Amino acid sequence: MSTLLTCKGLVKSYDKVHALDGLDLTIQPGRIVGLLGPNGSGKSTLMKLANGLLTPTAGEVLIDGIVPGQETHSLVSYLPDRPSLPQWMTIDQLQDFFADFFPDFDRARCREMLDKLELPSHRKLKDLSKGSREKVQLVLTMSRQARLYLLDEPMGGVDPAARDFILETILKNYDPEATVVIATHLIADVEKVLDEVIFLDRGKAALHTSVDDLRAETGKSVDALFREVFQC
Amino acid sequence: MPWEFRSDLPIYTQLIAQIQQRIVTGQLQPGDRLPSVRDWAAEAGVNPNTMQRAMTEMERQGLVHSQRTAGRFVTEDEAVIRKLREDLARTQVRDFLAAMGQLGFGPDEIAALIQKEGENSL
Repeated sequence: MSTLLTCKGLVKSYDKVHALDGLDLTIQPGRIVGLLGPNGSGKSTLMKLANGLLTPTAGEVLIDGIVPGQETHSLVSYLPDRPSLPQWMTIDQLQDFFADFFPDFDRARCREMLDKLELPSHRKLKDLSKGSREKVQLVLTMSRQARLYLLDEPMGGVDPAARDFILETILKNYDPEATVVIATHLIADVEKVLDEVIFLDRGKAALHTSVDDLRAETGKSVDALFREVFQC
Repeated sequence: MPWEFRSDLPIYTQLIAQIQQRIVTGQLQPGDRLPSVRDWAAEAGVNPNTMQRAMTEMERQGLVHSQRTAGRFVTEDEAVIRKLREDLARTQVRDFLAAMGQLGFGPDEIAALIQKEGENSL
């Protein structure tokens, strides 16, 4: 089977600190994957590398067999861990903006989600609350028909009801060919929707397994296991 | 009936248990057409692959069957459903007896208690 995301001996160092320290990983199409790990374990670094925003210090990361760059931007829909959109734009303008950049942007899908979340499309991003800004950015990211969605902390500032809606949105738009990778600390909220989890620990994959197998073997939730593995 | 999931058991086994419950209680009738895996997964808030796994297992158990293009249906075989009902009842009784055993009740005491409570509540 073809792999959608491959990391081989992936190293990324900032000065002398190894954010990723020889990471080996493969992710198949059609999966919903939780990328979990304590602060500073390399989650965001991995996502940035996979999106071509950083270049590896050593080793490689491949998207569908291709080095991240111009070509993979049409395959990957990325939600950064911090606001990246022009704050002066209205939600309407942002939709045009996305449609210009990404041929796979689905306006109807976007419209529908914005309406459900009651986000006022004539308002400027900077005039919205933090949670609403996050929702807008996530809706835009999920409105693309990409092969790989990389969501870096998609629900941090969002209320629990909206979290449920967001997860439902991810499930509804689920495409058997596409993979969604969610980096998050809100494990209990997401674990029902995950196929598999990856525990990152100091730049390496400490665990990569199916969620149901994990529960069957340990009799514990992913959340409980995480607390155990990464106990301070 | 809303879906509810415990955190310490595999989701697909919990899906199976809850769908079995719906079949036995008649909430899902023999021959009823089931929602698509995708829709049902979204409604339950679980991963479609997990729902698919539950369906595959229930097909193996003969509780549901799929027809090429028409979709997936609850079995029309009443005997299979009757057997499922008995199996579920047996599990309930076993769990109950185990719990009573832990409280230190013996078979005669349990039988007497059931008799008494039964008279009160029926």
